Amino acid sequence: MLSLGGGGAKSTKPSFVSYVTPEEIKSEKEPPKKEKHPDLLPGEVIFCSADPVLKHTQDDLSQRGIFGTLLCTNFRVSFVSDETPLEEMTQHFKNKLYGENDIPLMCVDNIYGVYDEKKKLITKGMLKNKCPSKMIIHCKDLRVFQFCLTYTKEEDAKKIFQGIAHHCLEPKSLKCVFAFSYAASSSPEVQRSQRTVMFDSKEDWTQEMKRTKANLRIVTENENFEFSMRLPKFFIIPAAVTDEDISKFPGKGLPVWCWSHHSGCAMFKASTLPVPQEDGLMQGYMERMLHAVAHTHLYSLKLEDLSETLPTIQDIQQSYNKFKQFFLIDNSTDFWVSDVKWFSTLENTGWLDIIRQCLQKAVEVVECLEKENTNVLIMEEEGSDLCCVISSLVQIMLDPHFRTLTGFQGLVQKEWVAGCHAFLDRCNHLYQKDKECHSPSPVFLLFLECVWQMVQQHSPAFQFSETYLTVLSDSIHVPIFSTFLFNSAYQRESTMKAEAQHLQRGPLNCPAVWDWSVQFDCKAQELFINPLYADKLKQDKAIRKVPRAKHQRQLSLPSSAFKTPPKKGFFKDETESLKKMLRVKRISRWMASPDSPAAATREFYETWQRRPLDYHGLLLPCLDGPAMRLWMQRYLRWIPEVQILGGGPVAITSMLAELLSQVQDLRRELDMRSCWETEAESLQLRPGPLALTRTSLRLSSSFPFASNRNWTFKPAIPTSLLQSLMVTDRLASQEDETNEVISLV
Amino acid sequence: DRGVGDQRVGDQQVGDRGDRGVGDQRYQCSCSCQWNPDLEPGALIFISCLSVGKDVTYICPFVGALRGTLTVTNFRLFFRGISRDPAFVLDLPLGVVSRVERISGASSRGDVSYVLVCKDVRTLRFVHKQPDDSLQKSVFEVLTKFAFPVSNSLPLFALEYNQVFPENGWKVYDALAEYKRQGLPNESWRISKVNDHYELCDSYPAALVVPVTITDDELRRVAAFRAKGRIPVLSWLHPESQAAVVRCSQPMSGVGGKRCKDDEKLLQAIMDANAQSHKLFIFDARPSVNAAANKMKGGGCESEDAYQNAELVFLDIHNIHVMRESLRKLKEVVYPNIEESHWLSNLESTHWLEHIKLILAGALRIADKVESGKTSVVVHCSDGWDRTAQLTSLSLIMLDSHYRTISGFQKLIEKEWISFGHRFQQRVGHGDQNHTDADRSPIFLQFIDCVWQMTQQFPAAFEFNESFLVTVLDHLYSCLFGTFLYNSEQQRVKEVISLWSFVNSQVDEFINPLYVHYPAHVLLPSVSIRHLQLWVSYYIRWNPRVRPQQPVHQRYKELLAKRAELQKKVEELQREVHNRASASSERAGSPTRSITPVQTFV
Repeated sequence: MLSLGGGGAKSTKPSFVSYVTPEEIKSEKEPPKKEKHPDLLPGEVIFCSADPVLKHTQDDLSQRGIFGTLLCTNFRVSFVSDETPLEEMTQHFKNKLYGENDIPLMCVDNIYGVYDEKKKLITKGMLKNKCPSKMIIHCKDLRVFQFCLTYTKEEDAKKIFQGIAHHCLEPKSLKCVFAFSYAASSSPEVQRSQRTVMFDSKEDWTQEMKRTKANLRIVTENENFEFSMRLPKFFIIPAAVTDEDISKFPGKGLPVWCWSHHSGCAMFKASTLPVPQEDGLMQGYMERMLHAVAHTHLYSLKLEDLSETLPTIQDIQQSYNKFKQFFLIDNSTDFWVSDVKWFSTLENTGWLDIIRQCLQKAVEVVECLEKENTNVLIMEEEGSDLCCVISSLVQIMLDPHFRTLTGFQGLVQKEWVAGCHAFLDRCNHLYQKDKECHSPSPVFLLFLECVWQMVQQHSPAFQFSETYLTVLSDSIHVPIFSTFLFNSAYQRESTMKAEAQHLQRGPLNCPAVWDWSVQFDCKAQELFINPLYADKLKQDKAIRKVPRAKHQRQLSLPSSAFKTPPKKGFFKDETESLKKMLRVKRISRWMASPDSPAAATREFYETWQRRPLDYHGLLLPCLDGPAMRLWMQRYLRWIPEVQILGGGPVAITSMLAELLSQVQDLRRELDMRSCWETEAESLQLRPGPLALTRTSLRLSSSFPFASNRNWTFKPAIPTSLLQSLMVTDRLASQEDETNEVISLV
Repeated sequence: DRGVGDQRVGDQQVGDRGDRGVGDQRYQCSCSCQWNPDLEPGALIFISCLSVGKDVTYICPFVGALRGTLTVTNFRLFFRGISRDPAFVLDLPLGVVSRVERISGASSRGDVSYVLVCKDVRTLRFVHKQPDDSLQKSVFEVLTKFAFPVSNSLPLFALEYNQVFPENGWKVYDALAEYKRQGLPNESWRISKVNDHYELCDSYPAALVVPVTITDDELRRVAAFRAKGRIPVLSWLHPESQAAVVRCSQPMSGVGGKRCKDDEKLLQAIMDANAQSHKLFIFDARPSVNAAANKMKGGGCESEDAYQNAELVFLDIHNIHVMRESLRKLKEVVYPNIEESHWLSNLESTHWLEHIKLILAGALRIADKVESGKTSVVVHCSDGWDRTAQLTSLSLIMLDSHYRTISGFQKLIEKEWISFGHRFQQRVGHGDQNHTDADRSPIFLQFIDCVWQMTQQFPAAFEFNESFLVTVLDHLYSCLFGTFLYNSEQQRVKEVISLWSFVNSQVDEFINPLYVHYPAHVLLPSVSIRHLQLWVSYYIRWNPRVRPQQPVHQRYKELLAKRAELQKKVEELQREVHNRASASSERAGSPTRSITPVQTFV
């Protein structure tokens, strides 16, 4: 039987894929559903389970909880409550793959054991130890679970504890990731999200080049990765790079095109070359590369080595590690204690500052492209970490296409997935302990954070919502999607091929994360759309199909007042001789002094800020201290003490959604009336005056997350003990004692 | 750091962008900010600027030095830059000036330089040439005189202001009508006339709600036992549970632990008036150390021995001096420039949000006891006019949705703050040049800040918008209206105009477009500091960088307008359909065609 299958737990090498065929699982799933396990996914196998386990409810200090069964499968750790679940009514936003009591194995961050009231981090070596009385699991999506094992039979408790710890904490190999068993067992008609451009074909790239009116050279020689394993199958380079140079240093130092500005200048990214040798070979090569980039437009170039000015990926990792701790809260006391020095704690993690630095750098690049019409080459050791962050941010700021949902997904495909960001290593999906050579770092999350800041500041400019970003950040740790599983396009393709061969079947179908229907139904997906999005194109789009892209490009043209000074415009269209005159050294490094770029971008921002706001034009973030905010939805959604019942952004969003649907209904009705003159029926359609669904009163600020937790309608009141701990000023006591009567008013 | 000379937008730029933010709309009420500024009726141009030679320079911390003309009237200061287009304009009522300081020896060329420190978290600096014409009074002299009329035995401008508004704001609040709304008097509570002529307590309103079982004589004896005669009286009654919110000042128990039979009886009567609970919670807003320290001066708190069934809870809110100091530090952090990298720790070091948190937490506990515990509560601090007013008014906003409407909020301020004697004159220091006065404190500002925090957490629960709150605060200092000028109901002169006359005559500007009225909805805000934010559009509104380009509520309004438009069209069509029966079908098509291209969103 699967339910109490200790067999899985014993097999220490989880190469289960070959042991269980999908048919077996199917047949096991059929019997009446009184079985104590969640609905298993295709390819999912239970390793071990224990019963009864007490899951503590987080929202109070008392040790109350729910009894149920704790299971570990090859996909998740799952808790199945003995109680019959509450009405499904509250499930606004159900994830089809895992429920609120499920933790995908990849999503487990740390496991703690409580031994005699002491909390200890469980590491590999501790597995043989005594079984803890309580197991605390911290998740990468910031949930915290507490399972009490004292009611469980000792043997079972030990088994489940070791099973979970083993499957979550042991390094594993890529082929053991659940995605492959899932893909092997799931029905092959998993469709690819149609509308997102995947950038895995030559057409996608030529189309993008056309869209941005770039005139560069597409390289097809890497189609089979013969040329470089760190570059995509297809990529675009400056037209002036010679054939000879392309293959000189396999992929290294080669300026890869990211995006072209309407003025003709473009942004490129490159990995840095190894340490220069004596022979000057490399120097010459590099110089030719720079010239090739400069040739793209007006012989101009700004070169930026990101590793010189931005935090390293290790810094990012460290900072995030500190930062996330403050949201993984075990109990109410800890919460109120950390509330006291909250702001300085937050600042000390440096996370918000890193976000600011990235946005700042992106604004600098935007200024070069937009104001100075200079080509930009950003460089970095691998060319696939901060280069991805900066280049994507720049494109979001400059190009409204990337602020639509599909545009944004295309951008992630272009810069991150095709751009060979090392998701596997950076997310540390395989729990490799060897941090040196894999350096985990939440670089992609950092990018999402930056985007969130932009969304927060200019919400009508974005088609997608905050919820979309939060869900996307969660999906990184769901081991189903091919999007975040690999280090490079090469690895993706070769692993998929090897697995398919291993299973002796046709190509595997790992869904992309953009197949949102894998996780959410249509109703839930509506929450991804920002109701305030200022989409002024909708109508025209429907009419014109092919020239859509072109039209959008024109929209990214900033208002004329913001165009380059007329002088440059004059040269742009002028004759060769004039161009030659210009070819005096316009290749320059970034301004050297440390504070001048900040001052320059500040001026750039202010000039922009004075213009009338155009949500379809250039968009810049405000970088001042108060403008950099905490992504509350992502970080606070599971913490009971901060839930605002009947309040929070949902109060507005639900209202807006309602308003919008009313407007749509009205419009539809008008359309209908214009066609027919049917009176009776359409009269009924008319919506009454703003009748908001009363449900929003019962929704909490964490909506749409944690929705089937029953937040108590009790206010979270800081304990008075803690308040008196709070040291305020000397004034408080001083004046009370020394001053005259007035002091105690 | 950002120095002078940076090219930056100014504090206010008229004609630049209409929707610039609340800061600009401030005085469009009574005047549109154009030169010549329309003067308030009753305002005289006292002095039309010494620097006709366009010699005055405003040293803007954001834009740099700006030359222009400076005009001072008996109400305001008006500066208009000459060099920029659109023109840079600075327009502030003299009431916001807290201090005028001359900077001597700044330059050898005989320039006069002075600084205006303002109550609304900014500091302005002007430089101009010393006028040769010694007959003309200097701007500095005029400023010091008219910014502080009280110190110079001049009337406050509100007494001269005689603008006519279509509404009379003084009629907004009628104590008896408000008590009637709460179902008072009833079988347990009566309205006493003991203070009709303010002889029981001069800082209390004339109408007081007390338990029916307590006689006026007993009340008089209680008054002798409570600081400043501020006896426990009802402030709000729960419509269902009959749990009451009662306010008062500290008991004068002193070191010896003096008792007062009548006071004990009164509190017992308050408890008995609520059949649902046999307990009474006394919330002392102070930290317990402060309460203990007060015993040395004859004050103190209720001992649980003397007051059976009463539980005393301290809310740890600090006194006016701590709050004043905190705001001073906050100003240092936010004006003029913000240090980016240490913004959060600097903000924390001001403790401003910690104080906000404690006040909100106190109000939340009160509201929770009344709502979930169905228990009556007594709230006091020392005198019962600062922290007590903050706590009762905030808990009332949480408990009673009426106070979240525009008119209800006005009533709340009239009732809990003005009629119950929050010492506005002392706390703000209207027209008084003694800027170091220890009685000054931003207590009311803190209250409005707390309300703003709640509007952030419950964006659809309040009928008013942010601009309403900012307007209220601006007129806290402006001395244009009589609402916030006095220390008590007794002191108020009715010749002055109420702020609500102005507000209610253009109420559309202050409406929250997404407001939904839920009659019996209790708001329980989160008081965790994670949810509290600095009110950027108030404290940092002078900084042009932080100002949003287009407030989001603009889009809400558009959306609502669009719906209204469509709704109207549907109705028109329906009418048409009805009128024409079913015969002619040509005409109906034409009006609808024109609709489709209008769409801007959806």
